[in-house]
Amino acid sequence: MRGFAAQSLLVLALGLVVASATLEAHEKMLARHMPLGFGFWHQTAGFDIEQALIPFAASSSTYGTAFLVGLLNTLLVAALGIALATILGFVIGIARLSRNFVVARLSAAYVEMFRNIPLLLQLLFWYNAILRPLPAPRQSLHLPLGAVLNNRGLMLPGPHVAPGAWPVALALVLGLVLGLGLLGAARRAKRLTGVSSGLGWWGLALAIALPTGAFMVFGPPLHFTMPQLQGFNYVHGVSLYPELIALLLGLSLYTAAFIAEIVRAGIQSVAKGQREAAAALGLSPALILRLIVVPQALRVIIPPLTNQYLNLTKNSTLAVAIGYPDLAQVFMGTVLNQTGAAVQIVFITMGVYLAISLFTALAMNLWNQRAALHER
Amino acid sequence: MNAEASSYVVRDMAPARLPPVTAFGPWRWLKQNLLQDATSITLTIGGLGFIALLVPSLWRFLVSDAVWHGGPSACASAKGACWVFIAQKLPFLTYGAYPEAQRWRVDVVVGSGFALIIWLASPRLPRRNLAAALFFVVFPVVALILLHGAPALGLETIDTSLWGGIFVTLLLGLAGIVFALPLGTALALGRRSNLPLIRLTATIFIETVRGVPFITVLFLANFMLPLFVPAAWEPDRLLRPMIGTALFGAAYMAEVVRGGLQALPRGQIEAARALGLSSWSALRRVVLPQALTIVIPGIVNSFIGLFKDTTLVSIVGIFDFLGAAEAARADPKWQGPSIATTGYVFAALFYFCCCYAMSRWSHGLERRLQHGPEA
Repeated sequence: MRGFAAQSLLVLALGLVVASATLEAHEKMLARHMPLGFGFWHQTAGFDIEQALIPFAASSSTYGTAFLVGLLNTLLVAALGIALATILGFVIGIARLSRNFVVARLSAAYVEMFRNIPLLLQLLFWYNAILRPLPAPRQSLHLPLGAVLNNRGLMLPGPHVAPGAWPVALALVLGLVLGLGLLGAARRAKRLTGVSSGLGWWGLALAIALPTGAFMVFGPPLHFTMPQLQGFNYVHGVSLYPELIALLLGLSLYTAAFIAEIVRAGIQSVAKGQREAAAALGLSPALILRLIVVPQALRVIIPPLTNQYLNLTKNSTLAVAIGYPDLAQVFMGTVLNQTGAAVQIVFITMGVYLAISLFTALAMNLWNQRAALHER
Repeated sequence: MNAEASSYVVRDMAPARLPPVTAFGPWRWLKQNLLQDATSITLTIGGLGFIALLVPSLWRFLVSDAVWHGGPSACASAKGACWVFIAQKLPFLTYGAYPEAQRWRVDVVVGSGFALIIWLASPRLPRRNLAAALFFVVFPVVALILLHGAPALGLETIDTSLWGGIFVTLLLGLAGIVFALPLGTALALGRRSNLPLIRLTATIFIETVRGVPFITVLFLANFMLPLFVPAAWEPDRLLRPMIGTALFGAAYMAEVVRGGLQALPRGQIEAARALGLSSWSALRRVVLPQALTIVIPGIVNSFIGLFKDTTLVSIVGIFDFLGAAEAARADPKWQGPSIATTGYVFAALFYFCCCYAMSRWSHGLERRLQHGPEA
């Protein structure tokens, strides 16, 4: 009975707060001439976005398209950041467990330094103190492989599809399919008979030989155009804007410190007896790592790792501070300022990140059910 | 042994191992930690090479090429850090534009806040419930009166637009604990409640806030809170991000506290109820003191994250420490190639010292709680 009263009170109070807040907001929005619906979605944006993965023009594109451009930029920086942070994080996490004193200390210093300094500060440092003071295009720094670095960003050789692209791609796919098939067959044979058949090596050979052969016959799949100085800027290359580079550097260096700790804890969680037992059974160190340590460590590593991936995606909203056109900067920044539709826009932005989080959580739960220990 | 297993199992005896290293003293340490084999030697040389590259250039920038004396002109073409800039701007970076004569009020609030936190978080100190009452009830009121002013008490009013610097950063951090911890505890209890609607409300709040970026919560507090409440209640410009910080922190604290509640054996509640305690006093006298003590390290860790996140308020126009540092950097009087880097290095040192000290402390506490009798 008391429980029922408490719950009714809560619902009543919440309902009252929400209702009065909605009424208040409605009144104020009318008084301040703020748009009430979602009509702004189809209006012409009238501003330019420096980095757009889909065609975007200030004169004709809508706010809806601006939303998409921002969302794609968020996904781009998140995907690249996740890849870089994972590689770096695993390397540093493993290095922290190295028996080599210098390597272990250096990685520990890296972790402590990068995770104890706020990400925003790191981003501002990379952007304002490192990338923006770089020389102008005419005095660019020339890097290996024709890449060029200046205060407009990093210009890389631009890839273009060449006549050999289709045959080589086809050969690559064919080689992979055949190679994996043979490898599977070899594994099955080994499991049944205990004897290595050597089929796996043939698979590997095929996977390498087919695309190489296609390359020889049909020529390279891509050709590259080198960035060239024309007037005041470089053309003919792929340019990564300094905002993107700063955000990538900041996000991946920061997140890598956390991933390193997760990897270290994961590897340490595998009981020493497991390795010793495997060694006593005669497994080589490489096999111990592959068959005993990594599968058990991954079970511990993957859930917090996904959490870090989500954190990185959410942290990419710090793009607003350095002007990288991600969802938060384009939509919650520029579009909000131009249309004044604050309520709709902040809620849509929150909804997008919430959807990403919930979807990942759902996928994680499914994976957890599969990966959980099935004890007898 | 059957045929299937025989292919995996070694057939020959393993070769006899070499006798253990007989070296001793420093040489033994070197041999075991730096020079085990060829790979290790390569790594050692590589690592030392990296340090040899890094340390001298850091030394040049921070010390030997740095500007230690003089005025703005000395930094105009400095190669190293411009420490005079920091020295000159230190009062602004610490207190913002808070009037000089009134700065003792800031010192008192921040100092007493920290003293109370240390009292609260040290399991060995006595009368921690008194500390809790002082910190969560008395302190916020006194802090508000002291900082904002009360003409009736002879304290002149100081508008929040003048507040800034490290002081605001610490204030946001304190708000993060004073409000986020009780709210987080309430949410954690709500999430474990038997009443479905209360559980649902708490769960939705926690998961929503944890699922969105902090900056969206700040935008919500900054742009939309004024829309949702009547004009008379419209929160102050500094209060809005503070509310956002507290709500955001509460959701994360709730998950930490929930961990502590789950770790507590059921027998504790059952024994308390069997002794005749009402469910409310069982909660207050048995469950919460134990659950909160176990999770102090988790609370500190969560707080470190929140403390770093307070830098984001500079994006919505609050002059916290980072915001003040950015503003100081833009001063046209101080223009030089190293001004920006100097400001960032100083800010990084400040945050690093705070966060590293807290994480060491929570680490030590964790170890003590695991072994000590208090937990």
